[in-house]
Amino acid sequence: MFENITQSLGKAFSAFRGTGKITESNIRDGMQQVRTALLEADVAYDVVQDFVKRATEEAIGEKVLKSLRPEEQIVGIVHQQLIDLMGPVDHSLAIKRDGISIIMMCGLQGSGKTTTCGKLARRLKEAGHSPFLVAADLQRPAAIEQLKVIGGQVGCPVYAEDPKTSNPVQVCKNGVKEAKRVGAKVVILDTAGRLHVDAALMKELQQIDSSVAPDQALLVCDAMTGQDAVNSAKAFNDALELDGVILTKLDGDTRGGAALSVKAVTGVPIKFIGVGEQLDRLEEFHPDRMAGRILGMGDIVSLFEKAQKEFDEEDMLRQQEKMQQGKFTLEDFRKQMRQIKKLGSMREIMKMIPGMGAIVDQMGDLNPEDDMRRIEGIINSMTPKERQNPDVIDRGRRNRIACGSGVQPADVNKLLKDFSAMGKMMQGMSSMGLRDRMRAVKGMADGGFMNPGAELMEKKMRSTRGPLNQDEAREKKKKQKKEAQKAKKRNRKK
Amino acid sequence: MGLFDKLKRGLEKTKQILRTDVRDLFRSGQILDDSLLQDFEARLIRTDMGVTAAGRITARLRADHGGRTVDVDAVWKTVRDEMIDLLKGTDGIRWDLSNPLSPIMKAASGPTVILVAGVNGVGKTTSIAKLTNLLMKNGHKVVLAAGDTFRAAAVEQLTMWSERLGCPIVRKESNSDPAAVAFEGVQKAVETGADYLIVDTAGRLQTQKNLMDELEKIRRVMRKIIPDAPHESLLVLDATTGQNGLSQAKSFSQAIGCTGLILSKLDGTARGGVVVAIRQEMGFPVKYIGVGEQVDDLELFDPEGFVDALFAK
Ligand SMILES: Nc1nc2c(ncn2[C@@H]2O[C@H](COP(=O)(O)OP(=O)(O)OP(=O)(O)O)[C@@H](O)[C@H]2O)c(=O)[nH]1
Ligand SMILES: Nc1nc2c(ncn2[C@@H]2O[C@H](COP(=O)(O)OP(=O)(O)OP(=O)(O)O)[C@@H](O)[C@H]2O)c(=O)[nH]1
Ligand SMILES: [Mg+2]
Ligand SMILES: [Mg+2]
Repeated sequence: MFENITQSLGKAFSAFRGTGKITESNIRDGMQQVRTALLEADVAYDVVQDFVKRATEEAIGEKVLKSLRPEEQIVGIVHQQLIDLMGPVDHSLAIKRDGISIIMMCGLQGSGKTTTCGKLARRLKEAGHSPFLVAADLQRPAAIEQLKVIGGQVGCPVYAEDPKTSNPVQVCKNGVKEAKRVGAKVVILDTAGRLHVDAALMKELQQIDSSVAPDQALLVCDAMTGQDAVNSAKAFNDALELDGVILTKLDGDTRGGAALSVKAVTGVPIKFIGVGEQLDRLEEFHPDRMAGRILGMGDIVSLFEKAQKEFDEEDMLRQQEKMQQGKFTLEDFRKQMRQIKKLGSMREIMKMIPGMGAIVDQMGDLNPEDDMRRIEGIINSMTPKERQNPDVIDRGRRNRIACGSGVQPADVNKLLKDFSAMGKMMQGMSSMGLRDRMRAVKGMADGGFMNPGAELMEKKMRSTRGPLNQDEAREKKKKQKKEAQKAKKRNRKK
Repeated sequence: MGLFDKLKRGLEKTKQILRTDVRDLFRSGQILDDSLLQDFEARLIRTDMGVTAAGRITARLRADHGGRTVDVDAVWKTVRDEMIDLLKGTDGIRWDLSNPLSPIMKAASGPTVILVAGVNGVGKTTSIAKLTNLLMKNGHKVVLAAGDTFRAAAVEQLTMWSERLGCPIVRKESNSDPAAVAFEGVQKAVETGADYLIVDTAGRLQTQKNLMDELEKIRRVMRKIIPDAPHESLLVLDATTGQNGLSQAKSFSQAIGCTGLILSKLDGTARGGVVVAIRQEMGFPVKYIGVGEQVDDLELFDPEGFVDALFAK
């Protein structure tokens, strides 16, 4: 449904390519595509307008005008600005070293508060804290029961009172008291869902806030929210002075523009994201990934991380070295192919890569797994020596391999040819920067996606970029951490 | 309490909300220029109707009225009529205020089976309670089936509603097969001569293939007893949902052939404009709207009232 942003920008600019210069008005046209992409991603209208205005100003610079691939530069600028807007990262929950810390959850009905209470409790427990849940939703049927079940799953105590004789403020006060008595370190208050326009319930929330003085007031927001996200987030922030936001239900296909809207109106960091119903499905928020997602660029960083988890790091480094030296063999190739399989289905993997989403759609019924199986079959039919040095494969050997793997000799030939081409490209790529590598990969994909063999190799290469990117990612993290600290200091001064 | 009052009550919670339409945006005598049109487009987009649909309507206004002196009533009529026509559709569905059950299809004989589905937390279980209340108020016998065996205390939640409403419920322990619950629900409805069976299901994101398959299975299993069940497959959509609503409508429809929408949580400030796109692209209508957390907070959908509320400031 959503066209990839780089693609549509490319279309917008293609008319001017070759005719020489890209003008300011061309950039404005391009920015219209950005605007549409953001609106399609559910970023709030006013936030989009502001953003596009600022990004346009930035983009109208000499550097962009002279560039060869303006759409990529514009996407780069837009992407970076989105990251800046949604950052800096701050995953802290402000847990005190001594004494008790209180976290209060709030949000609209059904946004995922109760579930997220359980997720946070689980996370805190894993970090060695002793969490304590308080059931302050006396409103929704079986809300208390739900928190109790979740508390049981986490293995942490849940405090509740009879809803008929109590009220949320009292439950929170008593809950905190009880938590202190049993020596818990972190109290998490699960409040009832409420509309931001419900004056009585918003007042109740403020009463809880003033009577137990939580260290963290967190807004739980559904990532599928549309234009209304600004209204509710602003109201909750006005009532409570939020400390952070948790964005839930990002495991679906929502573009998640609400992230930008909410950050823009509240100014507080998005700390975590919910990516599933199970209690271990809580992740730290990363503005760079979210920016890519909002722009429809795929979630390449997640892929890197996923790859890193699955792949043996030392092995990867070894293979990378081999690649740089042009010593990457079919044996290595097969090994990597097996590792890639562990990541999930090809379609899934491809969808995470910028620019590949559209290709997945174009693939139709084409099944990469089948090709992969076929290619693995071919390699399996080779002797170790052949895998090590494909040059020894002559006509006779080729026929034997084809026979053994049930393919045509031409298929074997094609694999060998593609493999050799790939090896050269890899050698070249290992000296490129990230952006150039992405470009190279995209270029290949644009040209060769109907060629199953080539297609596989593109993917394979992409996955090997995981570790290549690691240093950059680490650097970036360091920088962001520094910025976060700076921001914190600034906030304290205020 | 009528629909307008309900909607108004919801809207009035914001205090400064006025019931206005484009007539407060355009003033007679003004020239309909780009900046006015942009303001208008902004309003459309803020309803979540989608940038494409909003662009189309704005373009139409530009073509028909652009550059000329604004005839406020004519402009408003163009937009309003078009939207209302769109929402009414051509399938002959009726929302008859004198018969609140008018949009619900009825089985030729035996119990009418209503399957309720949707993504997580949209208000499925609560909407079922509301619908049950409506059916019971109209003298019907309702059986509930607690088909969400996954989420913590979901069965308890529906059970509490059934106790409050005084209607029988079929339930099994957590993590049992939801299709088995649905099957037993149909059995019980048939055995007891109930008029309606409403099946609750666990919330699921439309991208979870195995869970969408599970929905299909629920439908398949019920058909073993009643071949044309479910007679209604209602998708519950949260009014705060943005463009993802369309993807939800598509996927759920693929799995269970949606016959209609319940648009919940319209008592907040969200407009739920994505249903316009859903009606246009997927063809199925909104049947009811949810305007609160209590059992009587369900109203018949009303295209005119909805369009007016879409543009209310
Ligand atoms: N797919 C997915 N579902 C989620 C996520 N977080 C919560 N949910 C589901 O969303 C639904 C609502 O979650 P709850 O935790 O009950 O929401 P709540 O905000 O406490 O709801 P109320 O108390 O009724 O206002 C449940 O079905 C949860 O399982 C998430 O990150 N991904
Ligand atoms: N304000 C308002 N709240 C509603 C409405 N409908 C449901 N809710 C609330 O939304 C929250 C979620 O409702 P549920 O009925 O539990 O939603 P669900 O779709 O069954 O959720 P899962 O089974 O967890 O996926 C609850 O707090 C309800 O009280 C409505 O029309 N207006
Ligand atoms: Mg809750
Ligand atoms: Mg439910």
